[in-house]
Amino acid sequence: MTEQQRAGASGDVSLAGLSKHYGDFTAVRPMDLTIPAGSFFALLGASGCGKTTTLRMIAGLEQPSTGSVSIGDRDVTGLPPYKRPVNTVFQNYALFPHLSVADNVGFGLRRRGVKDTRKQVQDMLDLVELGHLAKRKPTQLSGGQQQRVAVARALINTPQVLLLDEPLGALDLKLRRQMQLELKRIQTDVGITFVHVTHDQEEAMTMADTIAVMNGGRIEQLGSPVELYEAPRTTFVANFLGQSNLVEAKVTGRADGDLLLDAQGNRLALPAARSAADGDHLVMGIRPEKITITYAADAKIADNRNRLDGGVIVDAAFIGVSTQYVVRMPWGQEFTVFEQNMERDPRLVPGATVILHWNPTHGFGLESGDLTAGIAEASEDAA
Amino acid sequence: MAVVNWLRRNVIVLFGLLALGYMTLPNIVVLMFSFNDPNGRFNYTWNGFTLDAWEQPCGVAGICDSVAVSMKIAVLSTLVATALGTAIAFALGRYRFRARGAINTLLFLPMSMPEVVMGASLGTLFLNMRINTGFVTILIAHIMFCLSFVVVAVKARVLGMDPKLEEAAQDLYASPTQVFLRVTLPLAAPGIGAGAMLAFALSFDDFVITNFTSGNTVTFPMFVYGAAQRGTPPQINVIGSAMFVIAVLIVMIGQIRASRRAKQRA
Repeated sequence: MTEQQRAGASGDVSLAGLSKHYGDFTAVRPMDLTIPAGSFFALLGASGCGKTTTLRMIAGLEQPSTGSVSIGDRDVTGLPPYKRPVNTVFQNYALFPHLSVADNVGFGLRRRGVKDTRKQVQDMLDLVELGHLAKRKPTQLSGGQQQRVAVARALINTPQVLLLDEPLGALDLKLRRQMQLELKRIQTDVGITFVHVTHDQEEAMTMADTIAVMNGGRIEQLGSPVELYEAPRTTFVANFLGQSNLVEAKVTGRADGDLLLDAQGNRLALPAARSAADGDHLVMGIRPEKITITYAADAKIADNRNRLDGGVIVDAAFIGVSTQYVVRMPWGQEFTVFEQNMERDPRLVPGATVILHWNPTHGFGLESGDLTAGIAEASEDAA
Repeated sequence: MAVVNWLRRNVIVLFGLLALGYMTLPNIVVLMFSFNDPNGRFNYTWNGFTLDAWEQPCGVAGICDSVAVSMKIAVLSTLVATALGTAIAFALGRYRFRARGAINTLLFLPMSMPEVVMGASLGTLFLNMRINTGFVTILIAHIMFCLSFVVVAVKARVLGMDPKLEEAAQDLYASPTQVFLRVTLPLAAPGIGAGAMLAFALSFDDFVITNFTSGNTVTFPMFVYGAAQRGTPPQINVIGSAMFVIAVLIVMIGQIRASRRAKQRA
């Protein structure tokens, strides 16, 4: 305990030049990252992006190829897992099947020489509302209960950092939503740094203060959920975190802090501050819910809005709170538009010609690149 | 129609009972004839009921000595084969190394090779190396063939164990020794136990290989074989039946305990 408190003065997790390769395969490219003490931090990415490897290097279960891991001001790079002030909630929980729930939870305390663990174990189990199941074996619990035991087993040791490796992946959707809120509440209560690995963008956005989106062993972008969603800086982030409509554009001029763009012959404006690209060519992005869709024949659209004419609806799906339109643009690209179901125009059906328009400040600019980066990853993991 | 329906519902039980009868009938005959008062040297026809043999199980010269020898060999070879076999199983199940494939294949040889071939080649080997056959050579032979069975039993268990559990233990401050004692060993225990029981049973009743490697040492199966030439005292049935009853009791106690534990949990 004393050792932990000493290092706990500043409990930031710092990764410096951390990388991992297996033979020719690079799992994690050299990475510098500071996770502030007390934050709920998510590593978000598709399978194989290096997020779990990063987590395992912090836990000590994997030795980095280069770089270092520090917790507080202590370098823990060479330390084995059992000497690090971190605990992990494993994917599929990894509860010891031969031990009772209480013995599972008390395992860490007992290894550190705590003699009477009964009181602490009972308190911890009560915290996760499993006090009455202390004598059961893990296999006799439901998935959600096992998940809570796994959290209790890690938290009872009051680690400086709690690592969560896809902790909710095995739960059904309803239970997952419930556990997300519960984990968030526990984190706020105990104030321990949580590092959460997940492929579920909604989960990351619901729970984390800060998200690092990983792709191909690198961090693509780091920021709060709002920053990442409203101002993605790469096409991968734009497509992986939510949906985006992306279109190639050429910068034709500047006026009042706006970039004037030519996108497939359409004149569009974009605040220069919202562009991550410097050059003459960029990718203009707009989220589906930011676009307004209007029937073309009698449209009156304000001059200060960006507009794209000549789109034809190819699909309209009513999903309750909103209607999702797929609109084929004159140059062949398909745009997705989400429209709130307030005043639905009955003429907006497949085959109708429409105008898409939006407030220029809702757009974002990206460096030119693969327009479809991240789409496959996002749908693969949703499955 | 009612009969057909009844049959349909109980056909599995019926076949189960038939199979059980088929397997236990010989044991029941052996048990029955342990109470026989044989007329002459051979205990093959029912003559009359007596408890003589049960009261004096060692009443035949050499019989209890042979049981003691068999016990000693079975216990020792079980211990050694279980220890070595467990280590081999962990190595094969957990690590990749150069001769892994070869070892995996070779381990099956003692199981697949006809016993008489293995016995004969071991006998030839000991003869050529001018090693006097006896207690030690029997032990060497038994350890060898028991080893394969232990490895197979333990390896199946090791492969089924989630390596994440050991990582979780490490993550919860357990040193490598503690991980092994607190997590690895308890999880592998059922496999190790099964392997040990198999080894004991195989060693205790082995005749063929023992026959080639025993010299002047007489194990219980060899005593029975020898006796069968000259006459079969009912004491053989007594010891056989006793072994059978003890084995059944052990299994039953285990079952009852397991089901009681299951009930407690529910």
